[in-house]
Amino acid sequence: MITKRIIPCLDVRDGRVVKGTNFQNLNDVNSPVALGRYYSASGADELVFYDITASGEERKLFTDILTEVAKNVFIPLTVGGGINTIEDFDRVLHAGADKVSVNSGAIRSPSLIAKAAEKYGNQCVVLSVDVKRVDGVFRVFAKGGRENTGKEALSWIKWCVENGAGEVVVNSIDTDGVKKGFDIPLLSAVCELVRVPVIASGGAGSISDFVDLFREIPSIDAGLAASVFHYGEVNIASLKDTLAENDIPVRRL
Amino acid sequence: MVAIVEYGVGNVFSLLSSFAAIGVEAALTSDKAVLSRASHILLPGVGAFGDAADKLRSTGLDRVLVDEAKEGKPLLGICLGMQLLFERSLEYGIHRGLGLLEGDILPLDALIPSAYKIPHTGWNALSFKQESRLFSHIKDGDFVYFVHSYYAACQKECLLATAEYGKDITAAVAKGNVYGCQFHPEKSGEVGLQILRGFAEL
Repeated sequence: MITKRIIPCLDVRDGRVVKGTNFQNLNDVNSPVALGRYYSASGADELVFYDITASGEERKLFTDILTEVAKNVFIPLTVGGGINTIEDFDRVLHAGADKVSVNSGAIRSPSLIAKAAEKYGNQCVVLSVDVKRVDGVFRVFAKGGRENTGKEALSWIKWCVENGAGEVVVNSIDTDGVKKGFDIPLLSAVCELVRVPVIASGGAGSISDFVDLFREIPSIDAGLAASVFHYGEVNIASLKDTLAENDIPVRRL
Repeated sequence: MVAIVEYGVGNVFSLLSSFAAIGVEAALTSDKAVLSRASHILLPGVGAFGDAADKLRSTGLDRVLVDEAKEGKPLLGICLGMQLLFERSLEYGIHRGLGLLEGDILPLDALIPSAYKIPHTGWNALSFKQESRLFSHIKDGDFVYFVHSYYAACQKECLLATAEYGKDITAAVAKGNVYGCQFHPEKSGEVGLQILRGFAEL
């Protein structure tokens, strides 16, 4: 039976993971390699590394760090942040990424999705989309959620999947950071719309939020979160034990 | 030494790192002499079957692989690499494979119920169908990582393990010294590393 995936997301700047303070037994809490190993050992099913650097020089550092992680962690690695061209796909895939997530880059240049899918296969192309309700309509936001593109989110997601996105990460701006649970109405709508895997993001504050997610949307594939894992509010092994007690299939180590 | 076939298909980074992690010497090569000197050959692959099969044929690597396999050298195909070991694939047309294993590569969407997503992506449990030395360091029910939209329809005799995804999907195959994994051992954590160790010990 296929299991529900639990995915920690790590923001990386200057070769270091931003956030991440409350880990015991971890000497260097900001080392991407140490954190990657830690999460992998605690049962994370996948890791997402998000490049929040700006300059080209820092980007080089990011790819070097990615390579270090990939040499040491043997679970799927997805990279996002600053992916605007096929050359960006080449760069991170050669550095050890398995999947590449595109967000603003696809909004600026929608043909990027089809080009990348043709070169690397749909399974490699992850559409990441930031969604916020505006006057009752789901809209796509760009630039880290700061700019309303005016695009209707569900039709944008459907279009991207038809053009080669093999997986969709749906981040709800309305629930992000609130820590009161995932955006069930939005995520349900996306799951009904596409047949590729859908990953929920934004709103996880506790173990029960993950239980609710997988119970209320049986077709959702994964839950992604950042701070609840980094600050130790949710321990991945305990989370998976609770999910299993609730008859939600998970991989336990 | 495990020779990993280099033919411009797929991401071999993790495979090299995986063998390094278990202390097995491995090298990426398209050199026929190196392939014939190697103790084991690994055929990786991600992407479309037709392109990959063409690349193997245009470089003459198809003959080398078939000859080495017939000599008895352990050969492991991973993901698309496994699919290429079969006779033919129906992915975007009809394409001929290496023919080392009997069977066809068919689309998952014609096999599984429509509620199941495609690609089959994520961690799924192995259900052993036969004993195999490939699995000497893992156990029935261990989880491995899959990403695929096509599957191998093959004879029961060569089926080593399946994974349940609406139907029992071919997860691992073998015939003599020729092995294949539909999943990615190099992305399957400690379980995957132990499968690669099992292969290197063949």
